[in-house]
This record gives sequence, C-alpha cells and structure tokens, in this order.
Amino acid sequence: MKARVHVTLKNGVLDPQGKAIGHSLNRLGFPEVGDVRQGKYIELEIAETDATKAKARLDEMCRKLLANTVIENYSIEIVGEQAGQ
Amino acid sequence: MKAAVLVFPGSNREGDVAQALELITGRRPAMVWHGDGDFEKTDLIVVPGGFSYGDYLRCGAMAAQSPVMAEVKRRAAQGVPVLGICNGFQIVTEAGLLPGVLMRNAHLKFVCSDVHLKVETSQSLFTNRYQAGQVIRVPVAHAEGNYFADADTLKALEDRGQIAFRYCAPDGTVDGPLGKQANPNGSINNIAGIFNETKTVLGLMPHPENAVEPMFGGTDGIGLFEGIVEALS
Repeated sequence: MKARVHVTLKNGVLDPQGKAIGHSLNRLGFPEVGDVRQGKYIELEIAETDATKAKARLDEMCRKLLANTVIENYSIEIVGEQAGQ
Repeated sequence: MKAAVLVFPGSNREGDVAQALELITGRRPAMVWHGDGDFEKTDLIVVPGGFSYGDYLRCGAMAAQSPVMAEVKRRAAQGVPVLGICNGFQIVTEAGLLPGVLMRNAHLKFVCSDVHLKVETSQSLFTNRYQAGQVIRVPVAHAEGNYFADADTLKALEDRGQIAFRYCAPDGTVDGPLGKQANPNGSINNIAGIFNETKTVLGLMPHPENAVEPMFGGTDGIGLFEGIVEALS
C-alpha cells in the first residue's frame, strides 16, 4: 500500500522559509497571502496489507527518522483511507 | 592521545580537523568510515563538518542513523569524549547525544565569516585551556546553525552550565537576536556550542580546527585541542 507523510513545523517555531515564500507571493501580486508555513511531503510504498500495522510502523519511522519531534509534527495517511496521526 | 575522525559521504572538514589534531597532538587520527560498526578504541571521537548525505531530509539526520554513530553512542555512554563540529554538531544532536536542534539560519543565508565567541566555562575537558568569559575568534561556515530547544530544555542547559560558547561582540558583549551581528544565525540565547550533562560531549557550529595556524588568520582554536590533550593525557 501507499502512504503519505506530512512533516510540518510546530506552532511557534520560526519558519524563515515560509516567511520568505509569503513575502515573494505578496510581491508577485498576491497581497491576500498571509502567514505561510513550509513543510515536507513524503510518499512511501509499504509492503503491508494491514493499515493499522502499517500506521504503527510509519509512526516509528517518523519518530526515528522522518521528523525531528523537537521542532516538527507529522501526520500519516494511508492512501484510500481517512487521514490520521 | 589518539583520536578518531568520522567520515561520511559529503563530509568535507575531516582533513582540516585531522590536520589540526596531528599538529597539536603529534599523532595522526584514525579516519573512520560511516559504514563501520566498529573501530579501534580511541581517546576522542570527532564528528567533522561538511554536508553528510547531502543534507538530505534534515542536516545530520541520515548520518545520525549510520552504523558508526550507533557505536559512537555506545562509547559516549561509556564516557568517551565526542566533539561534533558544524555538521558534526547537527549529527550529534540528531543522534540524541545533545538536546535541541540546528535549524535554518534565521536570515536564510549561508554565513561564512569569523565570529567572536565567549567561553562560558573553563570547567570541561574541552575548554580548560580558556578562561571563563574569555573571547576567542574563530570562523563559521553554515546555513543551518540556528540552535533551538524548547523552554524547559533551554532552562536546564543554562541552569546546569551546559552552554560552552556564545556568539558575542569583540568586547565579549552577548547581545540580542539576529541583526545585532554578533549572532550570525538567530541562535537562541546566542548559543554557539553546548555540552551534554557530563560535559563529555561538545557540539559547536564554529570551526576551531580552522583557527590553529597564524597564516590562516588566527590561532584561537588551538586552546580547545590543547585542552583536550591535557585532559586526556
């Protein structure tokens, strides 16, 4: 099955890249753009048929490597399922 | 004193630190490849600067999971001193040997210049050749040196005297946040380097190994290596 992981900066952690993107968009004629936060999107092919098991493994992957939980949150989604943590 | 210098794909300061160690200790360090799960016993382990694994995912994240780092963690737990410089600092924090994280510089620019550092304590094997409050000048070269830790962690670091170096003005004034030029990257509390609780692990963004010969602009980094030699001999 296919899984999607989103890694985002926690609230309160300064995101200078997001700010720079926001400023650029404002300058390009998109004044409606306010706060911008940039994150990461990771697609993984998982050799597992049980979504619950896959999610537990993905959670471990996020904690061990994909996210740095000091500054980042993550969310896991199995393709074809509801999004969940 | 015998040292080991780790080498990852994308490391680029391993030669600099090896040369500094040889200059000051008189012994060529062992160069240890990242795939090696075991290596000869040494008195010191150095994790050098560079762009390990191309900084993929997060700086230091991939290197922190390499076989050699599993062994470094085992040895650090036994009290073997570990020195992480620049990307090495990022790697040892990602490996959990030091708390916090190094984020993208607040101004988003790569910074390559000399900086002044205030030595916060002489009470460590890394800083015993310096005086507390002494100002030294060494270079930095990084895009992700913006140290961050949550409020509780930061308070614990400060309370336990785990701050090793802070960015400061030439006169030793530790000033406010980015824009005040003494802080090159937005690092919280101007932190340039920290110890673990036992002060046997030091991580710092600046490059003391590039300030050991007068022809390269300064020798203020020598004290760090001499201090280690003295403490470990």
